[in-house]
Amino acid sequence: MKPMLAALVLLASLGVPLLAVAADPLASPGWPIAQNRFLTGKTYVFDDRVQVIVPRDAEDSTAVPGFVRVQGIPDVQQIMVFAELNPIPMIVQFWPHRLEPNIGFRFKVQQATPVRAAALGADGIWYIGGAWVNAAGGGCSAPSIASADADWAERLGEVHSRIWNRGDEGRRLRLTVMHPMDTGLAAGIPKFYLEELVLVDDADKHLGRVEVHASVAENPTLTFDLRTGGSVRIQGADNNGNRMLGEVE
Amino acid sequence: MMPRLNALLGFYALLYGSFAAALDYQLQPREIAAGVYIFEGRQEHFTRHNGGNIVNTGFVITDAGVVVIDTGPSRLYGEQMRKAIATVTDQPPVQVFITHHHPDHFLGNQAFADVPICALPLTQKIIARDADALLDNMYRAAGAWMEGTEAVAPNCRAEAGKLTVGERRLSVLAVAGHSGDEASDLMVYDHRSGTLFAGDIVFHGRAATTPHANIQVWLQVLRDLERQQPQILVPGHGPTATDSRAIRETAAYLEWLDTTLREAAAAGLDMAEALELEIPERFKSLAVIDEEFERSVFHLFPAIDQEVLHGGAGNGTR
Ligand SMILES: [Zn+2]
Repeated sequence: MKPMLAALVLLASLGVPLLAVAADPLASPGWPIAQNRFLTGKTYVFDDRVQVIVPRDAEDSTAVPGFVRVQGIPDVQQIMVFAELNPIPMIVQFWPHRLEPNIGFRFKVQQATPVRAAALGADGIWYIGGAWVNAAGGGCSAPSIASADADWAERLGEVHSRIWNRGDEGRRLRLTVMHPMDTGLAAGIPKFYLEELVLVDDADKHLGRVEVHASVAENPTLTFDLRTGGSVRIQGADNNGNRMLGEVE
Repeated sequence: MMPRLNALLGFYALLYGSFAAALDYQLQPREIAAGVYIFEGRQEHFTRHNGGNIVNTGFVITDAGVVVIDTGPSRLYGEQMRKAIATVTDQPPVQVFITHHHPDHFLGNQAFADVPICALPLTQKIIARDADALLDNMYRAAGAWMEGTEAVAPNCRAEAGKLTVGERRLSVLAVAGHSGDEASDLMVYDHRSGTLFAGDIVFHGRAATTPHANIQVWLQVLRDLERQQPQILVPGHGPTATDSRAIRETAAYLEWLDTTLREAAAAGLDMAEALELEIPERFKSLAVIDEEFERSVFHLFPAIDQEVLHGGAGNGTR
């Protein structure tokens, strides 16, 4: 990877378009469109230091686990995660700021698709990793189980969270927000989803922010790796203006 | 669901219809005790090559007719099974038992439409309710082999207890753990030969499947089974066993699975990271272990994870 990367960086610095050079390692028919949509005008390179962990098969297409781990790329500014053959491709956009450039999430898939993570380095280059997930489908257009349940409204916006001290691996925050995450693709059920989560420390310092898209699975369950100590406040908002708040030590 | 399913059926019929005549499961009845036979499936996943024949079915011949245990993954399987039974006995089928609601065990029911097809009430209910989804999955996996297959819900309620068919005494056992929490899994015991048709309570040489499992309940059933130690045990998948090895193997795997996923969640692992967990050497010889482990993470991790997270700090909307 390294020599290829160096060559691309060189080309980039000379102003040579990279698009012709970087062939999609996942050979996806959706790549040209995804690239157009999310990376137009951006310099990018495929790099396996951006790891995307997903199952080979989506046993449950309404809640597929994913974890993005970026190792060895300094000062990651932003991470975009998208499933390019999904009707709603974007899954999360993550600004790690004072957090590690890792994020765990669960998402819906409509059909077999690559899942990509594009990490923006301090050098202005987007580093892209990815993996295919096979799916029989239906995840995005299936109504959420929560909206079928009569008393989901009472639990809407509940935040449950926990911090682990994992020794050498540092502190980890995991959280779940009760939310139906309706995509608007199921007949008669409007778009209704958690849009944003902001993490703040006990001195009110901004730790990181994540934009959550409707392709995230019902009751969003996310994992963050912390670099700092102390308690964390979780501030969330959905597209209907509901606000959620959680705090964890 | 129905229009989509119908479209799907039509699609497969068009695509594969012309090959259908050549499809043959090559079912060979194997006599494992006097008058007790099995059809042994392959140690694979559902594919278009095996047509879903990954399951063990069986039958017991009595002088009042044949008792059939499970009807396999498709109408074609059921029909070919019935023909194969007729090669070893003139007795007609008089009763069918369905062990549980998983599609590879009952989709041959159409071939036995003239015979009472008996299952536990929960199994009857789930098959009636989820017929489309169960069928849909099998069509996708097995293709042309499924042609003409419909989900026929068992029309007879099985009661736990002893019954006499001709000269034979059979026991029907209602247990649980593999396909539900309570009275979801049926086993049939033939007293004369000491043969237990265990359904998917026991897997042998193949990783257990867990889509509707309650592992603790299942493990308790396996512990009881090990004490009773039937002379011959027919697992739902894998070779027949004459000792407790298959029971212990299934229990050891389930115990490892449960403990490992609980420990992973308690240590703060994300569900996707659980997919990366190492499978111990002792289970690596189990057929389809990698695929089944991945599926089990889907089936089991979310509930464990919720317990772990909901045990943590909880706050609400503001
Ligand atoms: Zn089963």
